Amino acid sequence: MTSRRRIAVAMSGGVDSSVAAALLRDAGEDAFGLMLRLSGEDAGPANRCCAPADVAAARQVAGQLDFPFYVVDAREAFEQSVISPFLSGYAQGLTPNPCIECNRSIRWGVLLEHALAFGATHLATGHYARVEHLDGGHILRTGLDARKDQSYVLHVLTQSHLAHAIFPLGELTKEQVRAHARDPRLPVADRHESQDLCFVDGDYRAFLAARGVAPNPGPILGLEGEHLGQHSGLAHYTLGQRQGLGIASRQALYVVEKDRARNALIVGRREQVGRQRFDLAHVNWIAGAPPAPTFEAHAQVRYHAVRLRARVECRADARAAVELEATQPDVAPGQSAVFFAGDICLGGGIIQP
Amino acid sequence: MAPANVYLDHAATTPVDPRVLAAMLPYFSETYGNPSSVHAYGQRAEAALESAREQVSRVLGCRPAEVIFTASGSESDNLALRGAAFAERERRGADTILVSAVEHPAVLKTARQLQQQFGFRLVVLPVDACGLVSPADLAEHLSPQVAVVSILYANNEIGTIHPIAMLAAQCRDLGVVFHTDAVQAASQLPVDVGELGVDLLAMGAHKFYGPKGVGALYVRNGIGLLPWLTGGGQEQGRRPGTHNVPLAVGLAEALALTAAERQSRNAHQQRLRDRIISAVEQTVDGARLTGHPSERLPNHASFVFPDVDGNALLAALDARGFACSSGSACKSGTPEPSETLLALGLPRRLALGSLRVTVGKDTDPQAVERFLDILPPVVAALRRPAAGGK
Repeated sequence: MTSRRRIAVAMSGGVDSSVAAALLRDAGEDAFGLMLRLSGEDAGPANRCCAPADVAAARQVAGQLDFPFYVVDAREAFEQSVISPFLSGYAQGLTPNPCIECNRSIRWGVLLEHALAFGATHLATGHYARVEHLDGGHILRTGLDARKDQSYVLHVLTQSHLAHAIFPLGELTKEQVRAHARDPRLPVADRHESQDLCFVDGDYRAFLAARGVAPNPGPILGLEGEHLGQHSGLAHYTLGQRQGLGIASRQALYVVEKDRARNALIVGRREQVGRQRFDLAHVNWIAGAPPAPTFEAHAQVRYHAVRLRARVECRADARAAVELEATQPDVAPGQSAVFFAGDICLGGGIIQP
Repeated sequence: MAPANVYLDHAATTPVDPRVLAAMLPYFSETYGNPSSVHAYGQRAEAALESAREQVSRVLGCRPAEVIFTASGSESDNLALRGAAFAERERRGADTILVSAVEHPAVLKTARQLQQQFGFRLVVLPVDACGLVSPADLAEHLSPQVAVVSILYANNEIGTIHPIAMLAAQCRDLGVVFHTDAVQAASQLPVDVGELGVDLLAMGAHKFYGPKGVGALYVRNGIGLLPWLTGGGQEQGRRPGTHNVPLAVGLAEALALTAAERQSRNAHQQRLRDRIISAVEQTVDGARLTGHPSERLPNHASFVFPDVDGNALLAALDARGFACSSGSACKSGTPEPSETLLALGLPRRLALGSLRVTVGKDTDPQAVERFLDILPPVVAALRRPAAGGK
């Protein structure tokens, strides 16, 4: 080891971050563990991501690996930057993805700031993604294991974030990580893997109710305006959804649109579902600028969605217009569309209604 | 690798002095007898125990029979407060307990339990902005109804030293039992019980380079104390349980060394403390010293910084190789301001950003300078945006 780098490892008590920590330790890196406390017991249903049991698990892993471990209170920032925008998005019938905002403002905001204040030069996370540090800049690549690739949620990173980023799992397959997790120092193999909506324990409708987002029922309408039933609140449905509509119909019906002005859920046949063109706001280009004012790339419109060819036209104010090669059933306002050139993640933005 | 860590948390605990360790070692496996036994093994152990008791009594300026060995400073406080409260209530019907608002939990929680579970009246005496009880407040609440008064000698969080001799005299005039928690003070301040005029005084060895797991309680001859452990007749029946001879020997040796070296240790520590206080006040934006500016422990510097999470500050300093403490240390990351800091009248916003730096007899001045270099940028990096911004 020639450089004097010092790595803060983001730990959650879960498998991925524990394996990431062990890999760094075994490589002889100077590392310490950091964990964020994101919500309190008083804020509705207990958070299952950073519950005391998870803190204890992470602390134990750090102890086994013999490096220091610290918990940082980020509840206020998490509430402000993630939960409350999530709740207001939901109240508007959108399908927000809080993990993306969390990555931007919490993991790579609060956590990175703390890591640097603690004397770290780098921040490592258990994401399945790769970062390449070149003289001209830092490139975010997809994780080698396509099934586990998490570059989608990292598209909000900028050059200044990536300069500090280390992803120890990016070159590994899920099976390799599982094999590492059997390391006796890591008492985590049987624990749940980190999942989306870490702040909701089980039933998110109960969580929303506890946080004062009351369900707002309204009509289910066909494309011709015919009344077909009753929905329990627009936020409970996603575009392209077929199951759980509670409509007796001869043909399969899908959610085509959420008409928020009329609080109506519009349903139609499969071929009527989906969008091919949509606009993005809050666009981030990882390189600092798009590859060209107008360019072609592969687009992913939701976590784990199949990538499609797309034409992207950049606009002012971090906006862009997107045209997919074909209509996609699940282009949901509030989710992010992320663009790739081969295995390079270019960036992305939030899909507008 | 990270630089060698610098320990600046001597108020939390201290390393065992090698001379103390050497004094203790024979009593684990060589002279291991039970002091209560009749045979020669027991007699040798008893000789060591009683010689340790005498060593302690010389430092305290009391009779050996007035020294009780316990298993910690907290246990000494518990025995003092609970024991005296019940004995005084039984003896003369006194049912009121007076404590300061800045007592260690070993006293405060014991007093609250006596109030909530055992029917005592509890009066918590307020403190001023420096953490001092006023003699006038004490006088106002003193009466024959008071069973016991407990005011700590020096505060663990803010270092403030109470004028114990004066406060104890007020109590003695009325015949009220006076206890002082000297757990933090005994490492640096004189503990001559004649000069202090106290009836009860608690200490724990690990604060003055002795081992953990052993404490002592001074009980003035004639003071009644209801035992809270029942068992054999050890320690005059006031603290039963087989004597821990090596630990008692360790406490005594450590206390004797502390008394002998007090002046030189304090001179060294006070130089470092004063350097820390003046540097931090000059270089850290908004820093405020907590506790008394002059009447404070020679090794103790404590501060609050506005809009800084004290736990994050401790973690950041540790990650950079400096071990400190705060008033609200909590490993789980749930910050709650310390009762002591709130009792000083500090607002929450300040009380959450506390830092305690306590040097030791062997602290390296150059390490202190490195600490003082690193503190300002670390505080600045952790400072939250002003509260108005959200």
